[in-house]
Amino acid sequence: MIHDVDALPAEVDLAIIGAGPAGLAAAATAARQELSVLMLDENPNVGGQIYRAIAANPLPDKTVLGADYWRGEALARDAAASTAQHAAGAIVWSVSRLDGGNEIGVSMAGRSRLIAAREVVLATGALERPFPIPGWTLPGVMSCGGAQTLLKASGLVPDGRMVIAGCGPLLWLIAWQYLNAGATIDAILDTTPRANWVSALPHLPAFLTSPYLSKGLKLMRTVRAKVRIVSGIEALRAEGSEKVEAVVYTKAGREQRIAVDSLLLHQGVVPNINLSNAIGCHHTWDDMQLTWKPETDAWGATSVPGITVAGDGAGIAGAEAAAERGRIAALGVAQRLGKLDTATRDREAAAPRATLARFARGRAFLDTLYRPAKTFRVPQGDTIACRCEEVTAERIRATVPLGATGPNQMKSFLRCGMGPCQGRLCGLTVAELIADVRGVPVEDVGYYRLRPPVKPITLGELASMPKTEASENAVVRV
Amino acid sequence: MFRRLPEAAGDTIAFTINGARFEARAGDTVAAALLAVGITSCRTTPVSGAPRAPYCLMGVCFECLVTIDGVGNRQACLIPVADGMRVETQQGARAIVTEPHA
Repeated sequence: MIHDVDALPAEVDLAIIGAGPAGLAAAATAARQELSVLMLDENPNVGGQIYRAIAANPLPDKTVLGADYWRGEALARDAAASTAQHAAGAIVWSVSRLDGGNEIGVSMAGRSRLIAAREVVLATGALERPFPIPGWTLPGVMSCGGAQTLLKASGLVPDGRMVIAGCGPLLWLIAWQYLNAGATIDAILDTTPRANWVSALPHLPAFLTSPYLSKGLKLMRTVRAKVRIVSGIEALRAEGSEKVEAVVYTKAGREQRIAVDSLLLHQGVVPNINLSNAIGCHHTWDDMQLTWKPETDAWGATSVPGITVAGDGAGIAGAEAAAERGRIAALGVAQRLGKLDTATRDREAAAPRATLARFARGRAFLDTLYRPAKTFRVPQGDTIACRCEEVTAERIRATVPLGATGPNQMKSFLRCGMGPCQGRLCGLTVAELIADVRGVPVEDVGYYRLRPPVKPITLGELASMPKTEASENAVVRV
Repeated sequence: MFRRLPEAAGDTIAFTINGARFEARAGDTVAAALLAVGITSCRTTPVSGAPRAPYCLMGVCFECLVTIDGVGNRQACLIPVADGMRVETQQGARAIVTEPHA
């Protein structure tokens, strides 16, 4: 494992950004094709979010996190046993085209370097969809994924009264894991819109053949038997001054209040597109998953030569699918770099594609059933949309008629998306808010035009990067 | 706000938060270490001064920004806590510090 920026190779065939299921599988596959591979990940250990801390897990009892989590062990082991190198705590802040290859800006422990890669696989995965409700910025309110990370990597569970609110498979998984760990959940507030059951019905036959069906049902049954579930939630807010003190929900038009110490929120995951967007890859709006995703071909290649996206970063399909998409992406790269002919590539990809198809079955059912309600995506009033710059929904709504017809104009007017998170927690909300006011589809509104550095680095760090003679000559007056 | 499962106990190391000494589990991130010792808020915002705490724990929300060993705005959820580390919570916007000329 590489921990020092000076120890990074200056040049590799393939740089993989992200060491989750897609990145790990791509690394092992590409290394087997004799490519020099460098896997860069900002976390201390491999696994990404779904297999977080898979090689350094603090929980000896494997039944707490469940068998699906521990499937990640094989992926991590394969990547570790390969010739692929892994840089931990490596923050990639730029990828740009250079001399037919790619130049990658990497920061490790506060020091940066530029390295070269002939091909790049973005395996940056997913992040949780914003959940902009009143009070969601209060301490004590956390995303379900964040809370799950604390369980996986540190064996921490919320102390005191806990409520989980939202919808989606991950919400049930964390509830199940908490029960396994002996934690008490005071209530689950299920925001799945009732009408979704009707629209999801046509996709049910396909879902009946999904590998997720029996596991999901079993897990939900266990949780339902032990936790108070309130479904049909119409509105939610967190209340408190210095920290969350209560969650207030509306059901059948009536407000109810539960005193809490922790409120965990979740309404699905969306592709993390910050890097692919900043590179200039073409993205399209997916109206079923309600998100942007980079346009990719059958091998994950984007509209920018040399840039491939593998895993949930190219559209949400889950961890098992992500690993297969990583393998397929690596085979595509190996063929482009002349290590495989197309016939061998296609033959090698047959098994991953078959597994991928199996896990894709019935995905539309989950996407439709757990498509979050508009009221939880497109906020009203003084609810904060942009957490970094504290821009409210009503200010965004009021600014649309002044000429801010897209997220980029809105950024200039109100600074939303200009904070350190660079739109990761407000981009979808701002785009949907503008579309709502204008009465047009989100794709007509567009998204932030992101630019490197996609992660903040200090000017000092930028200035003290090693310089080539050519780069110095470019700015030195002789 | 968080408690550690007994089986997850590990080696402990010492670090400081705003000068006060605390213990952390070796291998934890700074954000996990703060939450484990009951720090509910790690900063107040530069815009309104509202308190904030770690939210995503995966490097995307930037709510867990703290000062680590004198360097401000570090992402506590990405950095492993280390023995002797000095962590400070951040209050509002930073002032411009003008250094005297040498």
